[in-house]
Amino acid sequence: MSEVKYSKEHEWIKLDGEEATIGITKHATEMLGDIVFAELPEKGSNVDKDGTAGVVESTKAASDVYTPVSGEVIDTNQMIVDDPSKINEDPEESAWFFKLKIKDKSEMDSLMSKEEYEKFAKETSA
Amino acid sequence: MSIKKTSLNNLHIKYGAKLVEFAGYQMPIQYKDGIIQEHKYTRSHSGIFDVSHMGQLFISGGDDLTNDLEKIFPADLKKLKTNQSKYSFLMNNKGGIQDDLIITKTSDGFLIILNAACKYNDYEVIKSKLNNQYKLNLDESLSLIALQGPEAKNVLNKVIPGCDSLKFMNGNNYVYKNEKVYITRSGYTGEDGFEISIKHSDVETFVESLIENGSKLIGLGARDTLRMEAGLCLYGNDLDNDTSPIEANLKWAIPKSRIETEFVGSEVLKNQFQSGVKKLRVGIKPDSKVIARGNTKIYNDKNQEIGKVTSGTFGPSVEHPIAMGYVDNSYSTVNTKIFLEVRGKKIPANICNLPFYKKNYVKGEINV
Repeated sequence: MSEVKYSKEHEWIKLDGEEATIGITKHATEMLGDIVFAELPEKGSNVDKDGTAGVVESTKAASDVYTPVSGEVIDTNQMIVDDPSKINEDPEESAWFFKLKIKDKSEMDSLMSKEEYEKFAKETSA
Repeated sequence: MSIKKTSLNNLHIKYGAKLVEFAGYQMPIQYKDGIIQEHKYTRSHSGIFDVSHMGQLFISGGDDLTNDLEKIFPADLKKLKTNQSKYSFLMNNKGGIQDDLIITKTSDGFLIILNAACKYNDYEVIKSKLNNQYKLNLDESLSLIALQGPEAKNVLNKVIPGCDSLKFMNGNNYVYKNEKVYITRSGYTGEDGFEISIKHSDVETFVESLIENGSKLIGLGARDTLRMEAGLCLYGNDLDNDTSPIEANLKWAIPKSRIETEFVGSEVLKNQFQSGVKKLRVGIKPDSKVIARGNTKIYNDKNQEIGKVTSGTFGPSVEHPIAMGYVDNSYSTVNTKIFLEVRGKKIPANICNLPFYKKNYVKGEINV
């Protein structure tokens, strides 16, 4: 069974065994507006928890994408690089950013559940 | 200082605006459709922009007014006919731009449209340079609405009949709900359009009737992408106190008849006309999809810093990142290869012609 958790930087992470899929939340896309550029980490590179692992840009500004856990990048989603507007359309499913082979499953523990994240997003955007 | 609201604040909220503070005013950055859709709607149909935060300065009184204003502005005001407009600058003694503005000759003087962030300072500067001899009114009883796009003339003509006969950079008085409105054919999007100066009490019904006739409210976000595609400068980004109109590649706005005459900053400008300038504003097109924002450093192929970006975004109509900035004049030729430092990487780009998007202004009956 897969587990979905959320970070304070507005990323979601879905864990299947040792493989994690990471993207940005719908709430994040609503704050950013129309996304026109996405940059992803290189396949085979290692990323550290809370470190930068990509960039998204809207017409207004650039924002870093952080990884909520450490691991090796095993796949990236070329679809969102070719058509960044897909991130606005389907941020929490088909417009995922990258997949990791995670190092330490316990890094998931500090992340938020869906309910906790929704409460957090509501409070921080108010 | 508390944040000000324009007379359209309730309407902005009604149409789902995301409000931000801009130059001391609460302004809509975008509405429900978002910046890209708003941008494209303006290019394909028409968009309504609340620009009531901008200053509307009326100056009148005295036969020497035109002469005295020519000592301040490098425009040929003596040749200006009533209701004609010119783009010009308020400069400092070093030739740096304190504001860029539009001057229109009215029946009893001049109307100057000022940038929101500069208007109070401009008022003081102009007043003191005129030695308090004339009547100056920074009129805050009026809203200012821009209607822009290929359908602007048809939409406005349904609400205020007759205004489609105005020529580009010309204005006139019209009547709306038994009140006088002043309309000019102008704008800042690279599209045909109008700016309507109207009483606060009438502006909400006026804008609602533009919406009923097919136009949509457009936020400051799309205003910014539209003006960038049109190669137009934003004061504070692309123009500032340390940059002259010549450096800003706005030489066209200074008529030849004024080059040898005196105005604030004329010494510096005359010198720059003769000897050239060190830096020049240019259009920049990155090779890839990477966006270079304001303050991005520009390098040559020998890794030497040669300038910086002052505005950059993704152009929704040209479907590519666009930017403008200042480079050492020896790199200002079109098609010169340059490199933009974005997030530590050097991104290849080319100097290109402005505008990025071809203008669609109307001069009389002829589209140019």
